[in-house]
Amino acid sequence: MKRIVAREEYCVGCRLCEIHCLVQHSKSKKIIKAFREERDSVLPRLRVEESGCVSFALQCRHCEQASCIEACMTGAMHRAPETGAVLCDTDRCVGCWMCIMVCPLGAIRRGPDSHVASKCDLCIGEDYPVCVANCPNEAIALREEDEVNA
Amino acid sequence: MNEKDRKDGFQPRQWLVEPDFVVERDPEKCIQCQVCVRQCANDVHRYDEDDETVSSDSSPCVGCHRCASLCPTGAISIKRSELDFRPHGNWTAAALRNVYKQAETGGILLAGMGNDQGLPVYWDRLLLNASQVTNPSIDPLREPMETLTHLGRKPDRLRLLERDGGVALATRIEPQLELQVPVMFSAMSYGSISYHASMALARAASEAGTYANTGEGGLHRDIRPFGDNMIVQVASGRFGVDSEYLNSAAAVEIKIGQGAKPGIGGHLPGEKVDGAVSETRMIPEGTDALSPAPHHDIYSIEDLRQLIYSIKEATLYEKPVSVKIAAVHNVAAIASGCVRAGADIVAIDGCRGGTGAAPTMIRNNVGIPIEFALAAVDSRLREEGIRNQASVIAAGGFRCSADVVKAIALGADAVYLGTVALVAMGCHMCQKCYTGKCNWGIATQDPYLTRRLNPDMATRRLVNLLRAWKLEIKEMMGGMGINAIESLRGNREHLRGVGLTDRELRILDVKAAGE
Amino acid sequence: MHREPYVIIGNSVAAMGAVEGIRSVDADRPITIISNESHHTYSRPLISYLLGRKVGDDDMLYRPPDFYDKNNIRAWLGVEVIGVDPRAGTLETADGRTIGFENLLIATGGKPIVPPDVEGAEAPGVFAFTTWDDARRIQEYIEERQVESAVVVGGGLIGLKSMEGLVQLGIRTTIVELADRILGATFDDTASAMARRRLEQSGVTVLCGNTVTSVEGTEEGLKGVVLRDESRIECSLVIFAIGVRPSVDVVRGTDIEVDRGILVDERMRTSADGIYAAGDVAQADLLLGDGKLPIPVFPNAARQGRIAGVNMAGGEARWRGGIAMNAVEVLGLPTVSVGLTSPGDDQCEILSELNEEEEQYRKIVLRDDRVVGAIFIGDIDRAGIITGLVRERIDVSEFKDLLLTKEFGLLSLPREYRKHIVSGRGIVV
Repeated sequence: MKRIVAREEYCVGCRLCEIHCLVQHSKSKKIIKAFREERDSVLPRLRVEESGCVSFALQCRHCEQASCIEACMTGAMHRAPETGAVLCDTDRCVGCWMCIMVCPLGAIRRGPDSHVASKCDLCIGEDYPVCVANCPNEAIALREEDEVNA
Repeated sequence: MNEKDRKDGFQPRQWLVEPDFVVERDPEKCIQCQVCVRQCANDVHRYDEDDETVSSDSSPCVGCHRCASLCPTGAISIKRSELDFRPHGNWTAAALRNVYKQAETGGILLAGMGNDQGLPVYWDRLLLNASQVTNPSIDPLREPMETLTHLGRKPDRLRLLERDGGVALATRIEPQLELQVPVMFSAMSYGSISYHASMALARAASEAGTYANTGEGGLHRDIRPFGDNMIVQVASGRFGVDSEYLNSAAAVEIKIGQGAKPGIGGHLPGEKVDGAVSETRMIPEGTDALSPAPHHDIYSIEDLRQLIYSIKEATLYEKPVSVKIAAVHNVAAIASGCVRAGADIVAIDGCRGGTGAAPTMIRNNVGIPIEFALAAVDSRLREEGIRNQASVIAAGGFRCSADVVKAIALGADAVYLGTVALVAMGCHMCQKCYTGKCNWGIATQDPYLTRRLNPDMATRRLVNLLRAWKLEIKEMMGGMGINAIESLRGNREHLRGVGLTDRELRILDVKAAGE
Repeated sequence: MHREPYVIIGNSVAAMGAVEGIRSVDADRPITIISNESHHTYSRPLISYLLGRKVGDDDMLYRPPDFYDKNNIRAWLGVEVIGVDPRAGTLETADGRTIGFENLLIATGGKPIVPPDVEGAEAPGVFAFTTWDDARRIQEYIEERQVESAVVVGGGLIGLKSMEGLVQLGIRTTIVELADRILGATFDDTASAMARRRLEQSGVTVLCGNTVTSVEGTEEGLKGVVLRDESRIECSLVIFAIGVRPSVDVVRGTDIEVDRGILVDERMRTSADGIYAAGDVAQADLLLGDGKLPIPVFPNAARQGRIAGVNMAGGEARWRGGIAMNAVEVLGLPTVSVGLTSPGDDQCEILSELNEEEEQYRKIVLRDDRVVGAIFIGDIDRAGIITGLVRERIDVSEFKDLLLTKEFGLLSLPREYRKHIVSGRGIVV
C-alpha cells in the first residue's frame, strides 16, 4: 500500500496542502466558495506544524497497527480493505474521542460542526491525495510502503 | 542627516526610490489564505489579524513571482510600475532610478545575474544552415548521431606502432573530460548559491554525463561523491583549495576572470558564511570571503604557467587544467597566452554572463560579447597552429540549444551554462541574488529559504533541460547533414550573418546571408 | 475427543481483538465464540448512547453482521460457560455440553459490583448498566412507568454515561457519589469540579460524600431512595454504577491463578497451558510501576485480545504494560485522562493550565522527566501526542516547557522520535 510521507527538510510552510485539503473536503470543492461560504463548516484534515524555519505537513499515517482502530469503541474507525487506508465511518462515529486520545501523531481532530472524528481519508476517488498533488516542493510524497524507510 | 543620527541607527526613508513593481490583488479571488504572506521574503504581503485581510505593499517587491506562482486562486498579478517619467532619450527611467538610489544610499550600485541593458545578442543575427536536395539531411531518430565531446589537449600528431600484427597507439593522450552533450554547468559557488542548488547541479551533471563547476566556493563533502563529474575552481581567494580538493574532481579550473565583472574580485558577505560554507571554503564562520581582483601570484603568462603546472604536479598530470578568462578587448592574445602557458582548456566568459553580485556599472559596461570573443580566439589559435593544444569553452548568457549549436559552429568545443541552469531550477530573474533573499531558494543561505529548492526536483529539471537540448542539438545537426558534433566544430560554413556590418562579419569570419 | 483449535469465552472487544489476532496468523481454522449474551458482537460503551436514543439498535454492532461468517466463526450466543477443566482441556456449558479446546481465551469482561447492604436493591426499577439488555430493560421501564426522575449511584464513568443517557431523555437525574468528587478515579479535583459544573448546568444534581442505603419501592414502582445522611430523594428509577470487577467465575475451583483478575503473563497466558485471558477479566503487567492490575479500559482490552489471539495461533506478540486511559464527553464537554492524574506523592512535577471561562484545562504529570499522566478538558485535539510520550517513556526534559504551549506538536519532540513517526511506517504504541 502507499503511504504519505513528509519530508520536513523541504517543507516551505506555504500551507497549500491545508488549503487544498480544506477545499477537497468542502461541500462545493471550489476553492473560493469553500473559503467564502463554508469556512466554518470544514477543516483541513491535516495540519502544518511550524517552529522557526522547520515545518512539515502532518496527516494520518494510516499506521499498520493503528491505535485508533483498536481504541474505536463503535468500530467506526476501520481499515479500507482495498486501499489499506484508515477511515472513519462518520455514520457510526459517536464522537467519544478515544481515537484522539491514542493517536501518537495528534492527527485526528474533532470535526468542525458534526460530532465525529475528522481525519485524512487519502482523498478517496482522486489519483493522488490533494496535499501530495499540490505541494509545490514535493515535500509531501506518496510512496510505496517498502520505499518509505529507504 | 548628520553623523549623530546615523550612529543612533536612524534609517531615513528613501523618498526618491520608487517601487519597481505594482502588486495587484484581485479581491474577487483572494481568499485570505496567506500563502503569499508566508512566501515573500521581502515582506510585500501582510496579514491583518484584526481585519482578517491580506494586503500588499508594492515597494519592496522585486518581481520574483513567488507569490503569484503559488497563489492557489491566481489572485495576484505583478506589473511593472506604471509610474512613468516624462520620456527622455538620455535620462531614461533606469538612469534616473540609479541616480536616486545612489543619492539615497551613497553606495555602489549592485546587480545580480547578467547584463540587462539589451546589448545585441549576435546569436540572433547568425542563422544555421540546412541540407536540401544535393546533400541529404539525417534523421536523428533513425540514424546514429554523436554528441560525445572530449575536452583537453589533443596531440599534434599521432604515432602508431605495429605490434603483434596489429596497430597500437604510441602517443600519450593527455587527460580528457568526456561529455555526453557539449554543455556543462558553469562555475557557481556554494555560498553564492545554496547547498541544495549546488547539490542539484552536481547530481544533474552526473546523471546527464557532463560536468558541474564548484566556482570558488570549495567542494562540500556531500558533493565529493560526484567528483567524477565536477570541475573544481582555483580562484584568487583560493577558498577551499587543498590537495584533496584538487584530486577529488575530474578537472581543475583556474579562474582569472568572469564575464559579468571582468577585472574585479568577489565579495561574499560574512552573513552568508555559515557553518557549512565556512567549512567548505576553509575560512572562519561569519567572515567576509573576499576574492582579490587579481591572483596575487600571477602577473604574467609565465606566472600562470607556474600555477598550471603546480596544479598538474599536485594532480599527477591526471586531470586537465582549464583557465577561465573574461571576454575582454584583446581576448585572442590572452587566450593564446593561456594555451601556451599549458592550459588544456580555455574557458571564455562573455559580457552577458551572470553573477551573484556585481557592481552594476561593471556588469553593464565591461567586456565584449562572447560571439566575437569566441570567433577571435578560435581564429587566433588556428592561425598560430595551437588550436589542438586546448579545448575552448564558450560561456556567457547562453539561452537555448540553438545558441549552443551556433557557438560550436563558431569554434567552441563546449558551452558553459550558468544562468539558464538557475532558470531551469526556478530562478525568475529578479536579479536580486546579492540580497541573499532569493525567494526561490537558489541564491541564498537563509534556512527559511534554502528549503524551497527541493534538490530532487531541481535535479530532475536540470536533467530534463539537458535532455531536451540534446534532442534539439541532434535535430539541428541532422538538418545540416552532420552526424557528429566533431564535424560541426568551427564549421563556420554552416553559419550566415544577418544585419551585421562587414567588419562584424569579418571578425566572426562568417558569410552574410545569401553569400 | 475432538478439540476446537480456538475457543473464546466472551463476545466483546477483547474477543474481537483475539479473532483479528488469530486471523493475522491463521487464516483458516475455525474459531468458536461462546457468549452468555445473545447479541451479535456489540459495542458495550454504546449502551449509554442507545439509552439516550442517540443511536439505534442497528448501530450497536461492533463488527459488521457478516463478521462471523467471514472469519469462520461459530458463535454460540446466549450460552453460559459454567466451568473450565484446564487439565482435560475442556469446558462445560450450562446447557450440558462439554467442549474440548486446543486454545482457550477467557474474555468474560467484568460484572457490575452489587451494592452491599442496600435495602430493597432487588426492587423493580433498580438496574445495573453494563449490557445491551440492561439498556433495553431500562428503556422499557422508562416508557412503561413514564419515569421523570432518576438516581444514579456512582459518579464514575459508567455512572456519568448512564446519567447522560437519562438526561438526553429529559429525565431529571441525581448522581450520588460516595467519594468527595465525581470521576475521582480518573480526574483531579479541578477536572472533577469542571465536570460537576457542566452537570449542574444541565440540571443534574450531584451529591458527593453520600450514598444510597435503601431503595423504597412498592408494587407500582419505585418511590425513592434514602441516603446515608437519612435524606430522601424521590425517583422512579435507580441505576447502580459503582464499578465492575473481573468476571472470574468461570475459573473458580481450578488452579488457574487468580488475584483480582485472572493473572496473565506478557503473552496473555494464564498459569494453565493453552488458556489465555484478556480484557477486563485479565490482570496484566502495568506500564508504569511493577506488578499487575486489571485495567478495565477499552483500548487495553482490544490490544490484549489481539496479543492473546496472535499467541494462540502460534505467533508472537507481547504486552508492554497497561495504563488507564479514558476519553469521554461529559454532556458535550470533551475530556481525556491518561495514567496518573492526581499523584499523592510529591515526587511528581505538575504542569497545568486552566481557563475556566473557556472550560479548558490541561494538566501533565511528570515523574523523572517522563510523562506519567495527563488530563485534557475542552481542548483535546493533540492529547494523543502526550499519550504517545507516556507509552514510549520519552524523556521530556528538553522540551518540558513546550508541553502546554499552544504551538506544542510533533515538532517540539526530539528529532529522532519525530522522524520515526512522521516519515516512518507509523508506529505501534
